[in-house]
Amino acid sequence: MCSGSSPKERAAMNNTQLELRVESDVVAARQTGREMARELGFGVADQTRLATAISELTRNVIVHAGEGVCRIYDRSDAQAARVQVVAEDKGAGIPDIEQAMAQGFSTGGGLGAGLPGAKRLVQEFDIESEPGHTKVTIAITKPRVRVA
Amino acid sequence: MRIPILPFENVLVASIQVDLTDQDTLQFQHDVLQKVDETEAEGLVIDITALDVVDSFMARVINETAQMARVLGAEVVLCGMQPSVALTLTEMGRQLVGVETALNLDQGVANVQRLVTEREGGHEQHAA
Ligand SMILES: Nc1ncnc2c1ncn2[C@@H]1O[C@H](COP(=O)(O)OP(=O)(O)OP(=O)(O)O)[C@@H](O)[C@H]1O
Ligand SMILES: [Mg+2]
Repeated sequence: MCSGSSPKERAAMNNTQLELRVESDVVAARQTGREMARELGFGVADQTRLATAISELTRNVIVHAGEGVCRIYDRSDAQAARVQVVAEDKGAGIPDIEQAMAQGFSTGGGLGAGLPGAKRLVQEFDIESEPGHTKVTIAITKPRVRVA
Repeated sequence: MRIPILPFENVLVASIQVDLTDQDTLQFQHDVLQKVDETEAEGLVIDITALDVVDSFMARVINETAQMARVLGAEVVLCGMQPSVALTLTEMGRQLVGVETALNLDQGVANVQRLVTEREGGHEQHAA
């Protein structure tokens, strides 16, 4: 969709959709997420947490489902800065979400650290899956500092 | 994408300068192990100063590369990990990266030399 534009240009829009087909799309997605977090005033630690979580989720789409999409939204309001990221695919789905979320569980020879690790890095984490559809939604939030 | 792997005294120094795709990461693993084998290096320092994301895939490849390099006779030290990367890895799960780390390249080389000396000391004790 946004091919040709840089992570910076994509992050400047308040919502971006990236196709996930090849490995370099994982790199583009995490860089775009980082850039949006940076522009919304998140610090380097939060930028890195978000970029790492996006890397895990988008790689899962490519490795376990073949292809999908990643959407990155600016959901900020007057109270808080918030970046929401959705990774979605039409692959086989996750038969047992609880098992998939357990540290060390992998069907593909990985460390099985991706999903549980990503969950620990973000404030909001939601996963829905059925055969033919998997959707993982995450968000990081930072309350705005009030000047009294 | 080729990552320079340079000899320095009895060790090799590999400096990752850009964000890598998974394929680039595996290519790097292959190249660095081949170089360790060819040069019979006693140590390997992997500099990741430029990496702003180390996820579970990268962590796994780093661990495996270190294990295999040790099998080939080289001690391994990882250096230059950004503080926010170290923090993120700790939050994701303890011991995701199971390789000795150093702050910067100088310390990385010093640490790997120390490991090499320790190993040689150990061997001599065995022989005695
Ligand atoms: N989008 C997806 N579609 C189908 N199955 C998935 C998806 N994402 C995750 N899974 C399943 O959940 C398991 C756990 O995922 P997780 O990311 O934690 O580990 P992994 O990908 O196997 O290894 P790694 O530690 O390298 O990420 C996977 O092995 C896979 O079976
Ligand atoms: Mg994974």
